[in-house]
Amino acid sequence: MNAREAVRIALSMIRANKLRAFFTVLGTVVGVTFLIAVITLITGMNAYMKEEFAGKILGFNTINVRRLPSVGGGPVDEATWRQWQRRPRLTQDDARFLQERVQTPGLLSYAHDADGKVGDGRGKVVQGVNIIGASANFFNVRDLKIARGRTYTESEADRGVPVVVLGEEVAKKLFEGLPVLGKEVRIQGFPFRVIGVMEEQGSLFGMSMDRMVVAPIRSPLNGSLFRNNVVEDIYFRVPDASLMPRGQSELEGLMRVRHRLRPGAENDFMLETADEALGFWDKISTFLLMALPLLVAVSLVVGAVVIMNIMLVSVSERTREIGVRKSLGARRRDILLQFLVEAGTLSGAGGLLGIGSGIALAYAVSAISPIPARVSPGSILLAIALGIGVGLMAGVYPAYRASRLDPIVALRAD
Amino acid sequence: MSSALIEVRGLQKQYVMGAETVRALRGVDLVIERNEYVAIMGPSGSGKSTFMNLIGCLDTPSAGEYVLNGQPVAGMKDDDLARIRNREIGFVFQTFNLLPRSTALENVELPLVYAGVGKAERKERAAGALGAVELADRLDHRPNELSGGQRQRVAIARALVTRPSIILADEPTGNLDSRTSEEIMALFHRLHAEGQTIIMVTHEPDIAAHADRVVMLKDGIIASDRRQTRVPVGVLAARPESALSEV
Ligand SMILES: Nc1ncnc2c1ncn2[C@@H]1O[C@H](COP(=O)(O)OP(=O)(O)OP(=O)(O)O)[C@@H](O)[C@H]1O
Ligand SMILES: [Mg+2]
Repeated sequence: MNAREAVRIALSMIRANKLRAFFTVLGTVVGVTFLIAVITLITGMNAYMKEEFAGKILGFNTINVRRLPSVGGGPVDEATWRQWQRRPRLTQDDARFLQERVQTPGLLSYAHDADGKVGDGRGKVVQGVNIIGASANFFNVRDLKIARGRTYTESEADRGVPVVVLGEEVAKKLFEGLPVLGKEVRIQGFPFRVIGVMEEQGSLFGMSMDRMVVAPIRSPLNGSLFRNNVVEDIYFRVPDASLMPRGQSELEGLMRVRHRLRPGAENDFMLETADEALGFWDKISTFLLMALPLLVAVSLVVGAVVIMNIMLVSVSERTREIGVRKSLGARRRDILLQFLVEAGTLSGAGGLLGIGSGIALAYAVSAISPIPARVSPGSILLAIALGIGVGLMAGVYPAYRASRLDPIVALRAD
Repeated sequence: MSSALIEVRGLQKQYVMGAETVRALRGVDLVIERNEYVAIMGPSGSGKSTFMNLIGCLDTPSAGEYVLNGQPVAGMKDDDLARIRNREIGFVFQTFNLLPRSTALENVELPLVYAGVGKAERKERAAGALGAVELADRLDHRPNELSGGQRQRVAIARALVTRPSIILADEPTGNLDSRTSEEIMALFHRLHAEGQTIIMVTHEPDIAAHADRVVMLKDGIIASDRRQTRVPVGVLAARPESALSEV
């Protein structure tokens, strides 16, 4: 008898007794469900962090010069924190200094932001808007697409003309679908003319990315909402990832010159890239992936014990069948194979169920939480292998018992 | 080497039950030639089933020799015994011993599965064997959808399908009414007429009357062994076409 034949027999046994088969492999189902759900969520988070989060917060192929770390710094001790506070703030002049000297091909932009309110001047006000003052390149560097109108020019930015590009949510809340372009809005009391509206960006961890406006950094916001001349971020976006190291070392060198740091002195600024920010997340996900096997192993071991017990029951219930098979010429190894394959198939089917319910669970979790889900093909292969493996392990002893039955004794059983 | 199909010498079987030893067979000598039709009779507990199980290689003797088809069986390993059960022996049991969840066809296929016969050939041969026992229209029935006589015919088809050297039937009509028993006997006649060797255990003289030779066991030894002229069966003449050739 070959394995295919054995699988066919096993499937017909399962079909004949679905409910019992289900309870037999409940442990496998639960274990695999955990496994798949957690891996699916972690994979989703990974993809999200790499594609969305890093892209939206830090940008692709972008080096971010900052005074303090944005994300990914992790917890720090008091001393480090105090040292950070003594760092000089970055200024628009620093940004222009870099702009004039940097040799690596790329686009440089700088920006400052603060929360504030935006009104239509006639009483309607949106609170808690992320108000960004930025150089003209900001839209290119941050991949901000314009839905209607235009962005401001470099000359407008340099002259600090009070024009503004609204985020989708702000435009909708203030004008409710009425024409927006050319209208006047008030940001912190200053009048700004709307010249564009950005495309909807969606949300990040449940926070809207569209509740924002972008205006020239040297507009009246400079020195009012923003501390005079200060910038929070200087972005440098290179056209290709291979230019990142060169850009990084060049910017670092220029900043050290600008801040007159002696050789050997520590940097008093940060260079951030998406990769670095992701390092923090990598630490979390690695930990989760390390803790996961423990959780899964426990349920699979319990599952294996249950399968073994039920297979033993099944062997004794089917003693007569084993006797008949032996009387017809089944060898020990045929019987062994039959029961092993049955246990493996049973548990493998449980694994498939677990994959289904694991994916369902992951998507259910992601539906009610900001954690995204994404199915990882590797985890599915792993789950199938684990499912079958657990069954085979659990089946060895019962199958061995079955194969050793004496044909005569087995035939007499009832 | 003799040409006998079965040759047993001094065959013994003891069952040890705690302090007590049951001597089920106490030295049986018997030679059965090809194409014999033997009935084994004897009172309950005389060792008939024990003898059949030894002949069928389901069990191993405590002492004595057994040569089947020229092969000394005593001392054979498990896998070799399985091969002999598969190729040389066709069992027919009193309680049919069909797998309840499998169809008639699947039941008959079973010995071929263990013989390593491919799927297509297996199906064809199993269907042929079921045709030979006139169950061509019951291939997909499960045992509980068949009458007792039909079940026993499925079991006989299963015993025949590997073209074994011997059919061993332990009280094949024990669970059947007399009319159905006659049907089964007619079937055995056809098989025998086509050259099949048959050994059959029975309690009923009517059934034993169908055989050419009757061996009486008593207390684990042969009490008598005589040849007889078997009862004529009308069914035989009515069915001239070959049953075995369909297998
Ligand atoms: N597995 C066993 N363990 C112990 N004793 C056994 C076993 N099998 C058979 N016996 C004994 O061996 C003797 C012969 O039994 P066997 O089954 O061969 O008789 P039988 O002639 O087939 O009887 P019946 O006509 O009732 O079927 C009996 O005394 C029986 O009790
Ligand atoms: Mg008996």
